Amino acid sequence: MPQNIPLEYYLALSAIMFVIGAAGVVTRRNAIIIFMCIEMMLNAVNLTLVSFSSYLGDASGQMFVFFVMAVAAAEAAVGLAIVLSLFRSSQTVYVDEVNLMKW
Amino acid sequence: MSLHVIMFSLLAILAIATGVLLVTRRNPVSAAVSLILHFFALSGLYLTLNAQFLAAVQILVYAGAIMVLVVFVIMLLNLGKEQNLRENFNPRTAITIAMSAALIMQLVLTFTGNPTGKNQLSAASEKIGSPAEIGNILYSTYIFPFEAISLLLLVAVVGSIILAKRTVDK
Repeated sequence: MPQNIPLEYYLALSAIMFVIGAAGVVTRRNAIIIFMCIEMMLNAVNLTLVSFSSYLGDASGQMFVFFVMAVAAAEAAVGLAIVLSLFRSSQTVYVDEVNLMKW
Repeated sequence: MSLHVIMFSLLAILAIATGVLLVTRRNPVSAAVSLILHFFALSGLYLTLNAQFLAAVQILVYAGAIMVLVVFVIMLLNLGKEQNLRENFNPRTAITIAMSAALIMQLVLTFTGNPTGKNQLSAASEKIGSPAEIGNILYSTYIFPFEAISLLLLVAVVGSIILAKRTVDK
């Protein structure tokens, strides 16, 4: 282990987190857990942006993360409102039981 | 073994472990709690990168607002354990795990294959991570996205209220 952490270690960690989140989105049935895995993917991308920003000395990466966090908060509110109204109409949050529009 | 290396290793292990826990827990509340721990690990990782403002905002926004909202919704819907209809280890899960492992290996090899030579944090990273510099840049260079974000948040609030409102029965 070197004295300092190279940039690639942060990128590799972020890639691992992203793939774990993607596997969760594909595998799980519960809509809220799928949403939480999406948040994890967003955080993996945030880590990539911040590590590039810190290692290259450019502030735009951290600004991008700021806006990604704001968009994630807005998406959380709207997405959970959608899940709530879905539950109210069909009494389920499992995404494989919501198939009214399937042909 | 400098402090940077020790903290990075511990926080990376915590982040990956809580990530795997999130994906595998049946109970939604356990998954939410493990995601909160994941956000704390990420906040620590931002601190190792000298991004002090973002570390604080990560705790405030993600762990403090988004996850609280998620836990509220889970409690409101009163979900139990996710029913495991397919009790056996079905092939879909095995294929997912195999393809995820392959994708992780491919991405890690891509990132570490050509070393960029950046082995140390940039000298400017401490300055650009501080709230003063973020504020300077946010209100000068990025003023237009800042205003657009405020409009987005307004639209999101109005939209989520309308979506979640009970329809009035005539």
